[in-house]
Amino acid sequence: MAVRAPSSDLPIALENASVSVGALTILDRISLAFSPGTPTVLIGPNGSGKTTLIRLAMGLIEPTSGRITFGGRERVPPLRRAIVFQRPAMLRRSAAANIAYAMAAAGIDRARRPGRIEELLALVGLTGFGERPARRLSGGEQQRLALARALARDPEVLFLDEPTASLDPAATKAVEDVVQAVVARGIKVVMSTHDLGEARRLAGDIVLMHRGRVIESTTAAEFFSTPKTQEARRFVAGELLV
Amino acid sequence: MPGDASALQLVLSADPALMGIVWLSLGVSLAAVGLATIVGLPIGALLALTRFPGRNACIVVLNALMGLPPVVVGLAVYLLLSRSGPLGSWGLLFTPKAMVIAQAILVTPIIAALARQTLEDLWVEYRDELAAMNVGPVGRISTLIWDARFSLVTALLAGFGRAAAEVGAVIIVGGNIDGFTRTMTTAIALETSKGDLPLAIGLGIVLIAIVVAVNALAWGVRRTGERFAG
Amino acid sequence: MHTRRTLIALAALAAFATATPALAQEKSIVVSSTTSTQDSGLFGHILPMFKAKTGIDVKVVSQGTGQALDTGRRGDADVVFVHAKSQEEKFVADGFGVKRSPVMYNDFVLIGPKNDPAGAKGKDIVAGLKAIKDKSAPFISRGDRSGTHSAELALWKTAGIDIAKDKGAWYKEIGQGMGAALNTASASNSYVLTDRGTWLSFKNRGDLDIVVEGDNKLFNQYGVILVSPEKHKHVKKEFGQAFIDWLISAEGQKAITDYKINGQQLFFANATAPGA
Repeated sequence: MAVRAPSSDLPIALENASVSVGALTILDRISLAFSPGTPTVLIGPNGSGKTTLIRLAMGLIEPTSGRITFGGRERVPPLRRAIVFQRPAMLRRSAAANIAYAMAAAGIDRARRPGRIEELLALVGLTGFGERPARRLSGGEQQRLALARALARDPEVLFLDEPTASLDPAATKAVEDVVQAVVARGIKVVMSTHDLGEARRLAGDIVLMHRGRVIESTTAAEFFSTPKTQEARRFVAGELLV
Repeated sequence: MPGDASALQLVLSADPALMGIVWLSLGVSLAAVGLATIVGLPIGALLALTRFPGRNACIVVLNALMGLPPVVVGLAVYLLLSRSGPLGSWGLLFTPKAMVIAQAILVTPIIAALARQTLEDLWVEYRDELAAMNVGPVGRISTLIWDARFSLVTALLAGFGRAAAEVGAVIIVGGNIDGFTRTMTTAIALETSKGDLPLAIGLGIVLIAIVVAVNALAWGVRRTGERFAG
Repeated sequence: MHTRRTLIALAALAAFATATPALAQEKSIVVSSTTSTQDSGLFGHILPMFKAKTGIDVKVVSQGTGQALDTGRRGDADVVFVHAKSQEEKFVADGFGVKRSPVMYNDFVLIGPKNDPAGAKGKDIVAGLKAIKDKSAPFISRGDRSGTHSAELALWKTAGIDIAKDKGAWYKEIGQGMGAALNTASASNSYVLTDRGTWLSFKNRGDLDIVVEGDNKLFNQYGVILVSPEKHKHVKKEFGQAFIDWLISAEGQKAITDYKINGQQLFFANATAPGA
């Protein structure tokens, strides 16, 4: 593990944070905190604001109103946060070079990189793929390489935006296994999904979103056993929230 | 150059005068592309990565400048570099340097516009990833240029093709001086005016062969790029 | 990192390619001259001799006489070597040139289709031009302010024809050099006025041949002038004067006389002829 900076980005706290584009409100007065511990899973239908919430928490966008703090500080560059986008863009380089690039950007010592690259490729099940052009890998392989690339930065929090949305069950299982391994290393995972099964398998905490608002934020156990709101009950029951 | 020998003989015997013309053409066009790259690439990158009022107008103008008429550029550079012009004291008119300047002006918009398109396409793809990796402005531009290098090389080759094939600008600012500023295109113009059509055609074939070779190179570069970078 | 290396390489390349010609600048002059002296091959014959004797490189920019004088007027040449006496005298009178020295003459010839549809053939250029005009036979004019163009206009005037007013579709001004005019005439079987030297070394003749020659109205005098170092400080007056002195010396005059194409002498040295 890299030598960690003394201060932590966690908890990431949103206070009354809204995001709007023109007249359109995408996130509506959200107050929420992501703290160290078990994975937080954002669920909700498409367009409910999950992706925007992740981008906000990652620090890629600023709230239109309200505020967001990282370990109590505002506007902290994403040195200790990493993200895997729903459709990750691979750099036009080999798989290994994609990981090496992330390490270089994070200021990781050149000498430490080769061994760490092998380790990460092994972690995501891509041993032997290092020299392949990243953009020639399959969708599932690219997703796992993106995970390796994000982990290469030694983050303390990892955001995953619908990491399994377009994958078949085998590829989904492979990605979920990596996520479990990441969690086991003590990295905070915040991920979105609209797959209830995945939420059950991975979540420690659940945040249910609908139309840009947080409907319910609680532990996974409580969410699935005793959903409090009408929307949560319908969502858990498998009805369509529109 | 002896007008009686056929162009093929001159080429096959590596006639020193002909080789001098070929090397001068290549040297001037390569230097022009080098200069145009140094100026055009940053302009292209700037337009690709930044948003400012009037940016669209800049892009339209840049694209239009790709079609700059060489004679107009030649005339403008002539007036600038003439002893009676503002830069006359440099003493550059009727020298290869003047030809490099004129061709660089012709090629810069081509390289800038093609680089802008290439870099912007890649930037749209990379923007979020690079932001998430906390890559600063310098790192962003160098990453984009490096990852787009195969496409950018084809832009440079397009510029080279334009420079090597044009005659209007170099004949005005170079003066078509035998053994000093005579390029393949100006030699073709001269031989045509002397009615020595076989020699003109022979030189034309050499020029076309070079342009074809350059395009084959561009194609090869693109193929290599696709294989290595996907 | 890689990118920087590429840029440095390109910069080095540009610097190299632009720096090399500087070596050739030491002992050289720029002469603006006409297409006829260049295209006829005269310079290719005499300049190596001058270079061998003096070590001075003569860089010839060949243009029409009007443009060649303008190049001198702007200070972009050290010496002008053209054929339009009245314009040359004006150039000197206006202070752009030091002194005009006569060098040589050649002659113009009227070229036309071998079957001579206008019936212009003969020794009389005035009669020839009148015949062309009367038959409206196709005629190509340089139309480029060159010495040959001026001479052509003067000949029309001598023949009593106001060409600006009388020209019809048969009279085409192409605005290009001698070679281009000959190519155009060759492609369209037209009449055209040219200097003999360019005609003799011209290869794409097609069906054309000489129609009128030998009329003393067709003689064409060349003069050489050093561009005024007072107007343009950078003019290399020693090298330029050396070139002029050589041209009008016995040695230079002989070199001009000796230049032949297919055994025919093209230029007649007359530096010492009074009033030339």
